[in-house]
Amino acid sequence: MKAKVYVTLKPSVLDPQGKAIHHSVELLGYQSISDIRQGKYFEIALDPALSEAEARQSAEQIAKDVLANPVIEDYRVEIAS
Amino acid sequence: MKFGVVVFPGSNCDHDAYHVVSKHVGQPVDFIWHKETDLSAYDAILIPGGFSYGDYLRAGALARFSPVMTALKDFAAKGKFVFGICNGFQILCEAGLLPGALMRNADLHFICKHVHVRVENGDTPYTSESEKGRVLSLPVAHAEGNYFCDEVTLNDLEENGQIVFRYCDPDGELNASSNPNGALSSIAGICNKEGNVLGMMPHPERACEELLGSNDGRDIFRSLTKAIEAAV
Repeated sequence: MKAKVYVTLKPSVLDPQGKAIHHSVELLGYQSISDIRQGKYFEIALDPALSEAEARQSAEQIAKDVLANPVIEDYRVEIAS
Repeated sequence: MKFGVVVFPGSNCDHDAYHVVSKHVGQPVDFIWHKETDLSAYDAILIPGGFSYGDYLRAGALARFSPVMTALKDFAAKGKFVFGICNGFQILCEAGLLPGALMRNADLHFICKHVHVRVENGDTPYTSESEKGRVLSLPVAHAEGNYFCDEVTLNDLEENGQIVFRYCDPDGELNASSNPNGALSSIAGICNKEGNVLGMMPHPERACEELLGSNDGRDIFRSLTKAIEAAV
């Protein structure tokens, strides 16, 4: 059982790194990109015996307590078997 | 009176803090390894600058789980003094001892220079030897010093006098060019509601001798010493 956790800056928080990446992408000639935001991606290997609901609960807790800072970031959990 | 300087893997301003306490404050001070769980011998704990845990995940995020942090929370809850500088400020925010977060500098640069900060509240245990409106020259050295919090928190900070230092120009004026990292409301340092926990991005411990370009940092340590004397 694997949990995928995506951590992104809240929409209201400026992302200067994303802006710099966006600028570089434009320099490559991609003119149709309106915005790029940078985030973090985590893969958590969980005990295969866990149910999907249990796996989700663990991953959500880990995301909330460690992986994301709720002051500035949101997170999203996906469970893949 | 006894000071402690917490050392995490990756702390690198621990010796600066130790030096200032022993030489300029003139009080006993110990290094405290981050695995320590008993802080009962101390009156004030300094959380020094550096790159605890290599700044992995987020600056200060992993230091929060060190064993010493549980003891530090109890220590702070008792009203004893906790002073976080630079990475120490980031750790205190991540640990929830101070509100808000320190984000990547708006221009993405690592900034290493002297800046000016204005004392916004002269009635805290860290600023009693200064006064509101006084401009201090202190060095900054960070890549994640861009203070952020939500609007409700900002209003609370303002109303409770928890904004202790703001970046300013040499005349004490606030403007975009005197804000080195894009910090919300030019915030350079804040304290908790009770005033015993302070976090700031600039390094007062690197500004305690003329040779280093400024000794404005001494007032902060002098204030803290006075507050400890009054509390002991």
